[in-house]
Amino acid sequence: MALLQISEPGQSPAPHERKLAVGIDLGTTNSLVATVRSGVAAVLPDAQGRKLLPSVVRYLPDGKVEVGYAAKARQASDPRNTVASVKRYMGRGIRDVVHAEGDPYDFVDAPGMVQIRTVAGPKSPVEISAEVLKVLRRRAEESLGGPLAGAVITVPAYFDDAQRQATKDAGRLAGLNVLRLLNEPTAAAVAYGLDNAAEGVYAVYDLGGGTFDLSILRLSRGIFEVIATSGDSMLGGDDFDQRVYCWILEKAKLPPLPAPDMRLLMMKAREAKEYLSVHAQTRITARLSIGEVVDVELDGETFCNITQTLVQKTLVPVRKALRDAGLRPDEIKGVVMVGGATRMPQIQRAVGEFFNRDPLNNLDPDKVVALGAAMQADVLVGNKREGDEWLLLDVIPLSLGIETMGGLVEKILPRNTTIPAGRAQEFTTFKDGQTAMSFHVVQGERELVSDCRSLARFELRGIPPMAAGAARIRVEFQVDADGLLSVSARESTTGIQASIAVKPSYGLGDADIERMLRDSIEHAEEDVHARALAESRVEGQRLIEATRSAMQADAALLAESEAKSIDAALEALAAAVAGSDHRAIKQAMEALGRATDSFAARRMDESIRRALAGRRIGSL
Amino acid sequence: MGNHFELFELRPAFAIDAARLDEAYRRAQAAVHPDRFAAASDAERRASMQWTTRLNEAYRALKDPVQRAKHLLELHGVDVAFETNTQMPPQFLMQQLETRERLEAATAGKDAAALDALADELAGQRRALEEALGEAIDERSDYAGAADLVRKLMFLRRIGEEIDAAYEAIE
Repeated sequence: MALLQISEPGQSPAPHERKLAVGIDLGTTNSLVATVRSGVAAVLPDAQGRKLLPSVVRYLPDGKVEVGYAAKARQASDPRNTVASVKRYMGRGIRDVVHAEGDPYDFVDAPGMVQIRTVAGPKSPVEISAEVLKVLRRRAEESLGGPLAGAVITVPAYFDDAQRQATKDAGRLAGLNVLRLLNEPTAAAVAYGLDNAAEGVYAVYDLGGGTFDLSILRLSRGIFEVIATSGDSMLGGDDFDQRVYCWILEKAKLPPLPAPDMRLLMMKAREAKEYLSVHAQTRITARLSIGEVVDVELDGETFCNITQTLVQKTLVPVRKALRDAGLRPDEIKGVVMVGGATRMPQIQRAVGEFFNRDPLNNLDPDKVVALGAAMQADVLVGNKREGDEWLLLDVIPLSLGIETMGGLVEKILPRNTTIPAGRAQEFTTFKDGQTAMSFHVVQGERELVSDCRSLARFELRGIPPMAAGAARIRVEFQVDADGLLSVSARESTTGIQASIAVKPSYGLGDADIERMLRDSIEHAEEDVHARALAESRVEGQRLIEATRSAMQADAALLAESEAKSIDAALEALAAAVAGSDHRAIKQAMEALGRATDSFAARRMDESIRRALAGRRIGSL
Repeated sequence: MGNHFELFELRPAFAIDAARLDEAYRRAQAAVHPDRFAAASDAERRASMQWTTRLNEAYRALKDPVQRAKHLLELHGVDVAFETNTQMPPQFLMQQLETRERLEAATAGKDAAALDALADELAGQRRALEEALGEAIDERSDYAGAADLVRKLMFLRRIGEEIDAAYEAIE
């Protein structure tokens, strides 16, 4: 069979073969990759057996890039070219990061997202994150022995649209097939819920290096339903380090420091924080480049006092999520603690007091998110038998709306709406003969546009001239399963239709991604074209198999002429897959997609009908 | 927009069998959710997203008393017209005015206990209105009367949002 020829050595073409899929926790401080093997989720270590990969990237003058421990070790000596905590800048403009004190970077204002000037040129947070993801991808491919079919990447639940889009772009830039963006607390709930066969309403308290999330979920019979989520995407363990750092400066009466000394003391501050999670006091010593020697003692009580406002700050989103969910603290069955920062005793105490119960710490707070993501990747890639699967119903964390007259926001989709979600709203012209209308899409809870995050602006042109108020412009919001928004608008009174679809302005187009992949070719150790070809072959083959099995399963839904045109498109795709042009494969896949569009819709209608009919019989 | 009750094969009424709705929603979601089609063709993924979006919208509308009542009234050809019809009985308005004053005082005094009391009262008023709404729609088929009750409920919901905002303001 011709199809067999396309498989690479060591890669089985058999459709029942388990597909390689991973979950990636792309953290502020550390990142991890995990997979499910023999039914058990496990974190994949590097060659030295280390499970965490510090999310630190260093650019060298010769074009080389160091990631992880090697980069972390050079933080103090090469601070400007060594980027840590880049997650804080994902999808963020220059105005969002100017207050980032203690960051020694040379920020560059760039359209959409801030960049950091390094010895290798200006780098966007997307590119920097992609370096971390590439290392994890290689680690997984080496350890699993083949190319990955797909990956689930986790994001803070409170990430807005721009931050999500940036994360997905970073995944694509790293050569990953991003199956889904999964909210970190939801991933943790999956790992915890499946491990403990938990049922009932749980809260997940997730304090990471740079972000805080609080999600409330209902777990019942294989369904994980997020009821409410809240958080602060600018609050995390890093802020505790910062407090300790400031305390050291004050205590040791230090003058403003040069970048290497700042970095050194920040690292000392972090070590002190971690040490105080298990000890009563610690001694902080450092020899600075300016000649000063730091030698101070910090005890647990002082540490508590200087960080108390931060601890209290985490309780604000906790209360907000409970209000949104309409629940009291005592109605929560358990609080799952996630993120390395929850090891701090003052956090454990505050959460315990608030919910009046001991927090749940039975899973490693550093690994639980990656493990949950791996479990979800295993489901998404199709490795689970039907019936063994579970369902995640997640929500959007922030309301999505549109600017109306007077700089006010009209909310189209309120926060905590279950995704995928869509809603259409009608607007009209306010001037006679108006032929264009501009739209401004925003995200946030405030009533004034200026207080919300601007996601996109676009114009609808070609509206036929009419009296004011006569045109009907239908604006449609659609949020997909990744929590990503697209917006379209059309004018529909006269039958003349114009429509436009926008992606948030922070998003990179396919062409941008391809260009960046090409740019990175010079010092990449792999041929981008060969990789693109191999990937499109795998995708094309998968589509052929999926289409054939769909045709077999639901032959009754197919008209003869339709079956013929699908068959023709299938043959064309098989021919393209056997060829060596990845663009031809993409085109053949698109053609097959068009040929199966209405068949797919009918199949979906049919499966809904069956699902609901099943209930009727069952409830009789 | 289709008939949300028909979608889940439920009798169109304000009093809803929540367990049955949940069960139908879960079954339907399990069949078409995008997580089942992550590795499928673009066409299937699109169809899955459209269906799930519709299920989510219908489920959310049926779970929420105000939206459920509005939907029922629409099915009976009655427009609640909250934006244009702002007429309320004077007694109701007086009561809300008083609530607003207490809300302002509680916010100014950063008095969380007073906010709790207000929120509790509001919840009680909402429950009473919902009960009356069920009677008006399901037992008396008094749709005009029901529309008045829905407008009142929507009014109370706005105050509820203001109370939430007040909690955030004093934190």
